[in-house]
Amino acid sequence: MTTTPHAHDLGMPGTPIDARIQQAIADSVDSQGEKQTALKAKDMKTDQEVRWCPGCGDYVILNAVQSFLPSLGIAREDMVIVSGIGCSSRFPYYMNTYGMHSIHGRAPAIATGLAASRPDLSVWVVTGDGDALSIGGNHLIHALRRNVNMTILLFNNRIYGLTKGQYSPTSEVGKVTKSTPMGSLDHPFNPVSLAIGADATFVGRAMDSDRKGLTEVLRQAAEHQGTALVEIYQNCNIFNDGAFDLLKDPATGTQWTIPLVHGEPLVFGPDGASCVVRGDFGGLRIAETNQVDASEIVVHDATREDPSYAFALSRLSSQDLRYTPMGVFRSVRKPAYDRMMLDQLEEARTQGAGDLDALLAGNDTWTVSA
Amino acid sequence: MTALEPSTTPGSSAPGGLVKSVVELDRVVIRLAGDSGDGMQLTGNRFTSETASFGNDLSTLPNFPAEIRAPTGTLPGVSSFQLHFADHDIMTPGDAPDVLVAMNPAALKANLADLPGGGLVIVDSDEFTPRNLAKVGYATNPLEDGSLEAWQVVSVGLTSMTLEALKDSGLGKKEAERSKNMFTLGLLSWMYHRPTEGTVRFLERQFRRKPEIAAANIAAFRAGYNYGDTTEAFAVSYEVKPAPMAPGRYRNISGNQALALGLVAAGQRSGLPVFLGAYPITPASDILHELSRHKAFGVRTFQAEDEIAGIGAALGASFGGALGVTTTSGPGVSLKSEALGLAVMTELPLVVVDVQRGGPSTGLPTKTEQSDLLQAMFGRNGEAPLPVIAPRSPGDCFDAALEAARIALKYRTPVMLLSDGYLANGAEPWPVPVADELPDLHVEFATEPNGAAADGTPEFLPYLRDPETLARPWAVPGTSGMQHRIGGLEKADKSGNISYDPANHDLMTRLRQAKVDGIAADIPATDVDDPTGSARVAVIGWGSTYGPIGAACRQIRNSGREVAQIHLRHVNPMPADLGEVLGRYDRVVCPEMNMGQLALLLRAKYLVDVQSHTQVRGLPFRAAELAAVVQDVIDSVDPTTQTPTATTPNSGGTQ
Ligand code: SF4
Repeated sequence: MTTTPHAHDLGMPGTPIDARIQQAIADSVDSQGEKQTALKAKDMKTDQEVRWCPGCGDYVILNAVQSFLPSLGIAREDMVIVSGIGCSSRFPYYMNTYGMHSIHGRAPAIATGLAASRPDLSVWVVTGDGDALSIGGNHLIHALRRNVNMTILLFNNRIYGLTKGQYSPTSEVGKVTKSTPMGSLDHPFNPVSLAIGADATFVGRAMDSDRKGLTEVLRQAAEHQGTALVEIYQNCNIFNDGAFDLLKDPATGTQWTIPLVHGEPLVFGPDGASCVVRGDFGGLRIAETNQVDASEIVVHDATREDPSYAFALSRLSSQDLRYTPMGVFRSVRKPAYDRMMLDQLEEARTQGAGDLDALLAGNDTWTVSA
Repeated sequence: MTALEPSTTPGSSAPGGLVKSVVELDRVVIRLAGDSGDGMQLTGNRFTSETASFGNDLSTLPNFPAEIRAPTGTLPGVSSFQLHFADHDIMTPGDAPDVLVAMNPAALKANLADLPGGGLVIVDSDEFTPRNLAKVGYATNPLEDGSLEAWQVVSVGLTSMTLEALKDSGLGKKEAERSKNMFTLGLLSWMYHRPTEGTVRFLERQFRRKPEIAAANIAAFRAGYNYGDTTEAFAVSYEVKPAPMAPGRYRNISGNQALALGLVAAGQRSGLPVFLGAYPITPASDILHELSRHKAFGVRTFQAEDEIAGIGAALGASFGGALGVTTTSGPGVSLKSEALGLAVMTELPLVVVDVQRGGPSTGLPTKTEQSDLLQAMFGRNGEAPLPVIAPRSPGDCFDAALEAARIALKYRTPVMLLSDGYLANGAEPWPVPVADELPDLHVEFATEPNGAAADGTPEFLPYLRDPETLARPWAVPGTSGMQHRIGGLEKADKSGNISYDPANHDLMTRLRQAKVDGIAADIPATDVDDPTGSARVAVIGWGSTYGPIGAACRQIRNSGREVAQIHLRHVNPMPADLGEVLGRYDRVVCPEMNMGQLALLLRAKYLVDVQSHTQVRGLPFRAAELAAVVQDVIDSVDPTTQTPTATTPNSGGTQ
């Protein structure tokens, strides 16, 4: 799909902000020169030593994000990355932007306060499957339904890495880990289904190692007005190595990956042998392309207001990752929370900016004379 | 009705030749009690407003159940409102009522024990039906069985008279009946010579979209007033002259309202946008309601999905350059503890308002208590010091909010503001401040690098402290060249990078403590009220016990003895001279609505043998009870003082 970014969609300077903050920004420009928006990947790096395990999928995601962000044309100081707790949440330390490495699960809440009070900023959340879906599940769904302008990158490695290898809310049933020696019992979340269930306005999925696909989903997510959720399959080579090999292996990847391209028929597999057609009860199902009429093949439409289709898409994949759609599931326009909040402030001010003396006096006063 | 001998004067002559007399009183404590659905809180608030605009000093104590509508007519459903008003300066809502208005048998049963013998009881006789009596276990009708002989009972058909007054209003019986609280208010307004215009205006404003309801309420209100004026049931009306107050403009204000206005004012005086992240919780929700009405002041209010998101969003907004605020009550503070630790670690300004209620757990949501002090002080993992401030009266919630914001902004720290249910819902006359005379809370954002990297390029060190305040610089996103990362992991001194170095952690822990401790140099000396300077016993308190302790001290002084009152507004850090002040007294008594939390701190910090006096009934202390406790201590210190050394005329105004 094509979208035209608007100034406030990206969270750009120019959105009205409070005078004191505006002044601080102006002062910094006076002392250090104009904001730099022509940036390169190296400008996004910090002097901090990256401390993920060698070979961790987080490295490739970091590189992809560092290469991609300059293309937005936003100054580094206008970007903020907020994270929770977990391996992926170390991300802000490696990005030469503003950042907060917060507490477990709460990044969406913290970012909500920041984005709602500073609509001029480009706000990013970096989180993981444990952080976002277990301890922070409540904040995630509420951020999604509220549609505050921010982009949430959910690194899903289907394991707890930082605490050394317990099963996570996205681990497949029967996962044998330190805390589940006889196999895990609980059914995993599908993060995309969960996000669509929460009425997220933008939901995408990408693979850590697929630089091109990841960058494309990131681009669309960044341009989206409101909360965007991007699930990134990320390999934890220490505790859950090869979790996504079925999709990464060239031999099986094409067979089990359903690339989502807005406006294109959902045909996939070697030689386009498989396709997605409408199933029973409003669902979707996989068919062999040569067994169905071309008109039966679903043409992907990420902009459908009704989330049922995107949800049905998300349900095609199984726990073992066969038939996994990758790309943008859903991208619909709805007013962003921060924008509406700003509108309410402006509307309230149309009846005059607040007069503190009048407020303090209230409606009923009496005077005691000397 | 009071300690003063009433002076009776022949009064107005009502139509029909009825001669009524007017009794002058120096103070009255009146309690209105009814079913939760009877509108007692509204009636009480209106009577308070009338009283405030008349010029009496006053203090109120609303008391209502946690259930929105417990079953009608039952004891758990009783809601009451106590108002103490006087022709002189008073400090509490009164230990016991002089007058009880009971709208049904349940209200009578639940409150009668608090009314001293001889007190006046006004009941709605229409509600004393066999069914209603049975609901609360009255075997016989107390209005008829002689069980109320100890009191003066006036039994009035409030409901039937209201219906009669509204028979032409076009309202159905059920709807018309609802105005009986306004009929009652009219009657009381007549009894106590209250001005009525304010209530008429209020009803017109309140029901401007339902003119027929406004008209009915006004009609009932006037009917009640006229009934008082004409009936033989009330031969006497009472006059309580205005209290002498410092010249100026006043309004009536509740604690939650004052606190909210204080936060708006803090935003205006700092020039920063206020961002409130809050989750609804009793008794703090009214602050959220009030602040959400002030968007014209740039106040953003965010009703979060939970308590944690409330503080998280506020902290996120603070990172962005706002004055972040979160409001809650005790159980909410428990949930916010982890984020409070993050605020301590990231050293960002944040005001955390805890309107304390009875605990633990869900406890007594609508009743007051002071039992979150130690939670505020220590309820976090690790060494996580933060300043704690407590208002002492409803109006003081305004100044305390400004002070909390001042400290939060200047020292870049979360500040805990400990109000309580009694302050939150209680009201008092408040001298309206002038905006321009409020403290200037302006703080600077950092806009230029404050350090240099090894190669000489300028860099920003987010943890390079101000040598005087030890506050770190506050650089907000959007400012060029100041990009930095903060978080919950231990910070390296100056650079703010992650550091696991043992010596650095020791240093940073001590720096965070020193920063909070250093605030002691920036707050007033201990507030000591020791009129003669020769008292040997001091009573120390914090928060809302200020009123009852002050009233108790007055009673003691009126009986010719000496006592000092010490009040702590800054509970952490405490005033620098407090240890020395405590050392001046032979005995120090510390009354608290908890199990002795401040006493524990004082004993630990100053090695003073503080005598703790505690009560956790969900209600404020009674001044007379406190006075008795303190008198015993005074007697134990020096039995010779048991004989009053001086006689001060007892004005009766000791509460
Ligand atoms: S534990 Fe796994 S996820 Fe964490 S850094 Fe190591 S490889 Fe990456």
